[in-house]
Amino acid sequence: MSELVLQVKDLKVSFSTVDGVVQAVNGISFDVRKGQTLGIVGESGSGKSVTASAIMGLINRNSADMSGSILLGGLDVLTAQEREIRALRGREAAMVFQDPMSALNPYYTVGKQIAEAYEVHHPNSSKKERQLVALDMLAKVGLPKPSECIDEYPHQFSGGMRQRIVIAIALVNNPRLLIADEPTTALDVTVQAQILELMMSLQQEFGSAIILITHDLGVVAEVADEVMVMYAGQTMESSKVQTLFDAPSHPYTRGLLGSVRSLDNSERGALHTIAGNPPSMISLPGGCPFHPRCEFAASMNGLCSSVQPTLRVLPTTGSESACHLNDDQLLSLGRGVIHD
Amino acid sequence: MIAYLTRRILFAGVLLLAVSLFTFLVFALLPTDPAALTCGKVCTPERIEANRTRLGYDQPLLTQYGKFLKGIVGGRTYGEGQGEFTCGAPSLGYSFSQKDCVTSLIARTLPVTGSIAIGGFVLWMIFGIGLGMVSALKRGRWPDRLISIVSVVGLSFPTFFLALLLLFIFVIWSQFLPFPSYVSPTEDFFGWCQALLLPWLTITIISSPYYIRLTRFGMLETMNEDYVRLGIAKGLKRWTVLRKYVLRSALIPIVTVAGLDFGATLGGAVFTESIFSLPGMGRLSIKAVSDSDLPVLVGTTLVAATFIVLFNLLTDIFYGFVDPRVRIHK
Repeated sequence: MSELVLQVKDLKVSFSTVDGVVQAVNGISFDVRKGQTLGIVGESGSGKSVTASAIMGLINRNSADMSGSILLGGLDVLTAQEREIRALRGREAAMVFQDPMSALNPYYTVGKQIAEAYEVHHPNSSKKERQLVALDMLAKVGLPKPSECIDEYPHQFSGGMRQRIVIAIALVNNPRLLIADEPTTALDVTVQAQILELMMSLQQEFGSAIILITHDLGVVAEVADEVMVMYAGQTMESSKVQTLFDAPSHPYTRGLLGSVRSLDNSERGALHTIAGNPPSMISLPGGCPFHPRCEFAASMNGLCSSVQPTLRVLPTTGSESACHLNDDQLLSLGRGVIHD
Repeated sequence: MIAYLTRRILFAGVLLLAVSLFTFLVFALLPTDPAALTCGKVCTPERIEANRTRLGYDQPLLTQYGKFLKGIVGGRTYGEGQGEFTCGAPSLGYSFSQKDCVTSLIARTLPVTGSIAIGGFVLWMIFGIGLGMVSALKRGRWPDRLISIVSVVGLSFPTFFLALLLLFIFVIWSQFLPFPSYVSPTEDFFGWCQALLLPWLTITIISSPYYIRLTRFGMLETMNEDYVRLGIAKGLKRWTVLRKYVLRSALIPIVTVAGLDFGATLGGAVFTESIFSLPGMGRLSIKAVSDSDLPVLVGTTLVAATFIVLFNLLTDIFYGFVDPRVRIHK
């Protein structure tokens, strides 16, 4: 196996608010290896973005309660000094945000913003050198006429172009890990594919590992190697991407897959939905957080509402699943799901 | 950029013209008879009528306004014969009660008001933005709470009360400062500072709470922006993020308000000048109101409005420089 880039162990993050304690992330663990692409999938509020922010050390320790560990570049981000984390940012891990329209500083030219990111880890570089690096990055992310773009301001670019610039900023220090938090959600469908393609080709070139956070299963199918499905701040299922689509081993995953319209699904009619709403993160249901919406929970004699299932490996598929159903039952979930 | 500037300046010119017309008309339509004010205590209806014709108050309003405008451009002679007074351009009128050209009255009081405004402005901006920054950075903790309590107290003081309180503390009780007066800064800079410190403090205490609020709010709002998070995620130092990402955008709206406020203060700090007996434009206006001295009122109003329009123009131009999105490209 290739070198470990990131190791998250039993990460818990909660925020105190006026309404109560929001348990955003409830004990998730995962590894990311060099060159690997991990997809993290889940509905809004499942803790995906909080996880990403926690890895970058962007969560204010005064406003959140965090436990577990995040090992990145030989440091535990949760306990390291701000100065140490700063040295990790950009070089060990870099981030691409969801909305490119607001992710760039409107008051500086894009060239300056790329050069500035380069300067953080190359403090002795000359201005000329940084300029060249910025030009080079703009060309790499596929902006036409980089020598003109470099002196333009973010508002002069379209959303897709801006996302390319954000990616250029993220990759300028050749980070070992790129965290992309819904990088295509705010973009047009045609541009989405271009951006994903760009990220994949740059991954080849730079050899970075990628964490791709999304709620879009189509995106995951296209680019991820491994997939982690999150619900209410917990991991429901974690498996290889092909396995996830062929043989989902959690009722929640099955629900998600069922609610995607696929081309060869010629049946007309309503799209399948998962009944109910995601739980309030302030008062999570006892036991399995998904049980109030799970079609199998009723037949489990109250087990699901009282005991929280732990992740276990299914021998046949190699997937990990946090569900009380037995192996055979989980394996049979894959049948009847319509997918391509 | 040139086109943007030209448009702005033209607009400001038109605006000033409109302001001058409006001001002139408002005061001309007041029930006070300007002719009655021109002859002293011993006055007969005949003399009033004679003065009315002599000074042109019997002519149509627009003709009078035209003369007024002409006076601004080329100076004007008021009255005729023995009682003739000539005021050089730009002439804003002649005050019969003060027996002087309005322009010279304003020219004499403007340095005082300007001194009060500049010193007060510098202090209130320093305190307002400085404390606002501290407040935002220490949000929810004791420095933030303390600053917010102090600023509410400052904000709720009426100017006259605050000015009297400061006078009592610093001049009468501790005799730490002399009674405020006006000393020309070119002659005695230190004396100027010392003599105007209390008016400056008064303005600072009254005005900075608003700026503390604006700064705090602007910074907190900007701190939540994605691009600030991206700045942090780049690995930039906290201070760099604060300076280039947060302050830069948080201060732009503040500069706009500050430009207008400074322009308004230049038009006369009425309360402050009155209580500290400083011969500024604010006091000139107040005196003009109580004497029904219409020419002075029109003049001071117009000058005050000009300052506001001027500083509005300056902030607009400033916007074009600092915010690339405002600039018009090629």
